[in-house]
Amino acid sequence: MKVLLSWLNEFADFGDDVDTLADEMTALGMPVEETVTAGTKVPGVVVAQVLRTERHPDAEKVHRVYLTTDGSNELHVWCGAFNMTAGDKIPLATLGTKMPDGREILRRGILGIDSEGMCCSAKELDLNDDHGGILILPADLPLGADVFDALGVTTDTVFDLDLTRNRPDCWGHMGVARDLAARLGRPFRADTSGEPSHPLHGLPISIVDDGTCGRFTATVVKNIRVTQSPQWLQDRIARSGMRPINNIVDASNYVMLERNQPTHAYDLRSVESGFRVRFAKAGETFATLDGQMRELHPADIVIANGNDVAVGLGGVMGGLESEVVESTTAIALEVAWFPADTVLESAARHGLRSEASARFERGADPWGLEQAAWRFIEILRLTCPDLEVHGAPQSTQNATCPPPSGDVTLRLAQVERILGVALSARQVAELIEPIGYRCVGEGSAVTVSIPSWRPDSTTEIDVIEEVARHYGYEALGKSVPNSTVHGRLSTVQQRRRAVHSVLIEGGWSEAMPNPFLDPSAAGLAGIDDSSQLALVNPLVAEESVLRVSLRPGLLRAVAYNQSHRVDGIHLYEVGHVYPRGAGALPDEEEMLCVMSVDDTDGELAALRSWSLLVDALGFGAQIDAKSTPGGYHPGRSATLRRGKQVIGAMGEISPVVLKRHGIVGRVSCLEVSLSVVLREEPKPVAARPVSRFPSSDIDLAFVAADTVAAADVHRALKSAAGNLAVGLDLFDVYRGKGVPEGSRSLAYRLRLQAADRTLTDDEVAGVRQKCIAAAEKLGANLR
Amino acid sequence: MRNDISAAVEAALAEIAAAPSSSALAALTGSLVGKKSPLGQLKSKLGSVGDIDERKAMGQALNEAMIAVEAAIATKRADSESAEIEAQMAGEGIDLTERLAPSRRGRTHLVTQATQRLEDVFIGLGFQVAEGPEVESDFYNFEALNMPKSHPARSMWDTLFVESSEPGSVVLRTHTSPVQIRVMQEWAPPIYAVMPGRVFRRDTPDATHMPVFHQIEGLVIDRNITFRDLAGTIEAFTKAFFGAEFTSRLRPSYFPFTEPSAEFDIRRANGSWIELGGCGMVHPNVLRAGGLDPEEWSGFAFGFGIDRMAKERHSIDDIREMYTNDLRFLRQFS
Repeated sequence: MKVLLSWLNEFADFGDDVDTLADEMTALGMPVEETVTAGTKVPGVVVAQVLRTERHPDAEKVHRVYLTTDGSNELHVWCGAFNMTAGDKIPLATLGTKMPDGREILRRGILGIDSEGMCCSAKELDLNDDHGGILILPADLPLGADVFDALGVTTDTVFDLDLTRNRPDCWGHMGVARDLAARLGRPFRADTSGEPSHPLHGLPISIVDDGTCGRFTATVVKNIRVTQSPQWLQDRIARSGMRPINNIVDASNYVMLERNQPTHAYDLRSVESGFRVRFAKAGETFATLDGQMRELHPADIVIANGNDVAVGLGGVMGGLESEVVESTTAIALEVAWFPADTVLESAARHGLRSEASARFERGADPWGLEQAAWRFIEILRLTCPDLEVHGAPQSTQNATCPPPSGDVTLRLAQVERILGVALSARQVAELIEPIGYRCVGEGSAVTVSIPSWRPDSTTEIDVIEEVARHYGYEALGKSVPNSTVHGRLSTVQQRRRAVHSVLIEGGWSEAMPNPFLDPSAAGLAGIDDSSQLALVNPLVAEESVLRVSLRPGLLRAVAYNQSHRVDGIHLYEVGHVYPRGAGALPDEEEMLCVMSVDDTDGELAALRSWSLLVDALGFGAQIDAKSTPGGYHPGRSATLRRGKQVIGAMGEISPVVLKRHGIVGRVSCLEVSLSVVLREEPKPVAARPVSRFPSSDIDLAFVAADTVAAADVHRALKSAAGNLAVGLDLFDVYRGKGVPEGSRSLAYRLRLQAADRTLTDDEVAGVRQKCIAAAEKLGANLR
Repeated sequence: MRNDISAAVEAALAEIAAAPSSSALAALTGSLVGKKSPLGQLKSKLGSVGDIDERKAMGQALNEAMIAVEAAIATKRADSESAEIEAQMAGEGIDLTERLAPSRRGRTHLVTQATQRLEDVFIGLGFQVAEGPEVESDFYNFEALNMPKSHPARSMWDTLFVESSEPGSVVLRTHTSPVQIRVMQEWAPPIYAVMPGRVFRRDTPDATHMPVFHQIEGLVIDRNITFRDLAGTIEAFTKAFFGAEFTSRLRPSYFPFTEPSAEFDIRRANGSWIELGGCGMVHPNVLRAGGLDPEEWSGFAFGFGIDRMAKERHSIDDIREMYTNDLRFLRQFS
């Protein structure tokens, strides 16, 4: 919302300390985003008259303009615009003029002929955005006069406010001024009224359908003529971001920009039969002011004339047929209040968000209609001094209309409880009465009546907010609560952080792929997509389903890095997946996915993270190599289980999947449900003293078929060795000469030690035999 | 015999001095002080000295000779060994910079780094950390936050909807505020919590917007919590996170779930202001939706974007850069 200082000053004496005013508006919740000066005079630009124009045979893009600035002299100027003819008055920037864009006008020659100034467009003078040609001035301006003085251009400051949606009153200068005057303790003057000058010209008005309109007023004004508004008024409208049109439309816009109250002037000839406000009929069509024929919806508000012919789309836009035209001499002025949500929906349906609809949407003041009508007449009288007002505004209303004021009980104790500052009834009244709230009562509670222009304010807390705003947020001060709560991370959060540190120390970097995927992405990665949920309103089709696995995102990240020649690709992600659930919400789960592009040495690098994580976080799982997780290499993968519960997967990504993603080489991957493993907190381990007796090592090498899992052999040996085993390491895996095809040699070093004695040779030999027997049961034979 | 002793000592000292290394000296030791050494042999002949006094005197002389030779050996050994170590060290210098293995350490994402830093500061201020689902019901994302169905303020967020049996009832949370309601329902006050997390808006990505981004929300519910406590907590956070030279201010604003509502700005030491986030006193309707009596409890909430913190800390021009998952980008930040 653009707000002009000169306009604010009509409501109170704010002076011209622009920075302070901007700070105060910001402190009131109307943050000033930008402050600019408009209409700054450009000294040296004078009214000149075109004597004649001439082409030069060697200059195509410019012509020669001969001007006079006093009726007798003759100045010559080269000009690139051709829109003037002899007799036109135009602005001439004389030699030495400094233009708003910084240029200085110099005696500059073309083809050896000097130019004695520059003809200016409106934009070049910062008057408005029109750069279509040279500004043609009104014929009655005196020659040689300063153009800005002659036009009556006013200098003004424009504040651009970023308003919040709870303050509809500030969508007019009056509301901003009321707040600011209260803040600064300046007297605020706003009331306007009028007297009809002529007998009532009655129009039958009826609100046919409840819910279309709360209050409707109509005023007949005759003996008008359509003309231009005064320059200062046009300036105000233009600087507020609207386009000056004619005195009638400008008066309507002026009132709206001032009072947040849209009005609409109909040519009296089209509404002589009166007004009927109703919902649209099925199939009803109507041409709006913008020339568009619109098919109406039964929830649209229609302003019809007495013959039930639509003349306006209520709260949104007037009709083409009833528009004020050159020949108009009498108007009927509609000033009405429409319900916010009905206008909102209607404007949205027709893609027609007008300045008027935007204001009704936020909430206008149903009890400010008559004042708005009188203000309109006051403005119109500037250009039509002989206008006739045929009766005071005629009004009608129904139950849809909010009451003139609502009462709220404000407990002073509650003010203190929320704001932390104790205020008396009198102090509260001093703060909010200047903005139109009325306070009654002196005790512990005050009855506050809320003004009709504040539809956002309906409860005690709303009033407390007004008290806080006008007391000043900064003035309320700062304190720190006396908390009895101790800050900490939960176990899950501490363990999640451990996951991050383990992985980054291990060489993986964290990726954050998009959780929205292409519908085919899961399938391409070999993942079951039957539980995949779709977005109803995705931005793009490639991001239209919610992921059920982190793998597709990381595969894309791997492919991206590989295609950019990045070495050492080790990535992980901690993030949610959202498979369809049994209830209304998905079965959201937090997952970890670790992915590595493997070196050629045969190590599945991502699997290294499993040991690191197990070691750091103390969880475990069965590594079930018999069931291949979807999208993995069937001979190089395993499902991670807790009995029947699957908590993850590990192994090499299927070469088929890699090929589809354009990934070269081998990629290993580990996936674990963090929702499962972070919740488990291992009990603290009770310390066991380290044995002071010597230990004995046994080396055992077994030949085992590839189908026998090393982890199973490990487990069997450990269990056979029993309590005496203090260490068991697989220190060599050998395939080749001396070992049958399809088998490999697994060499273990077992360290035995007792807490209370030195082990005898017999004991050690006994354990050795037990281990050999246990391995044999699995088909692993001593080499 | 006395002469023999002197001669043996002299010969031994000469041999010690001539020993070329500590190992040669070690090999020599037996032949100088052992039983078969000249001194050792003289010792064994001691018994044949008839005169008792002479024998005593010779014994003592032999002992002294032995001690002298051993001392010479020890001195020579120490000298040789240190010379040998010096020589070893002199010959085996290396270029350490040649041996510095490159770090293989990975990186957490900038957003994770920023989140952890923020969490740590709030933990220091006495807050706990709460979490909630990213796909939310209409109730938690809107209705419980004082935005009943068709409330105009819902249009403040461009919402992404998820397919569901009841259309429009499941959304990707547009803010972390639904976690406020969940915390109120699940924890008992007093509540001092921050809620970081991923949020979603139907925004076309550009240099400053992503449809998926991150926020941190704070919620305090206790007895007698006032607006002054809100301002003081924001100030404490500002100083703890940004530095003691930073200050904060609150100015009126509007959010459906807080009242009075405010925007909070941070002021740099150079006087420039940064708009950081929104905050306010928890609206009575929100307390009720969380199952708390607004006459008994009061509180405040605040929230702001995490991605922007990372973006500004590392002078990143385009926020999309953080989400390319390009290792060359990620590896810049330790």
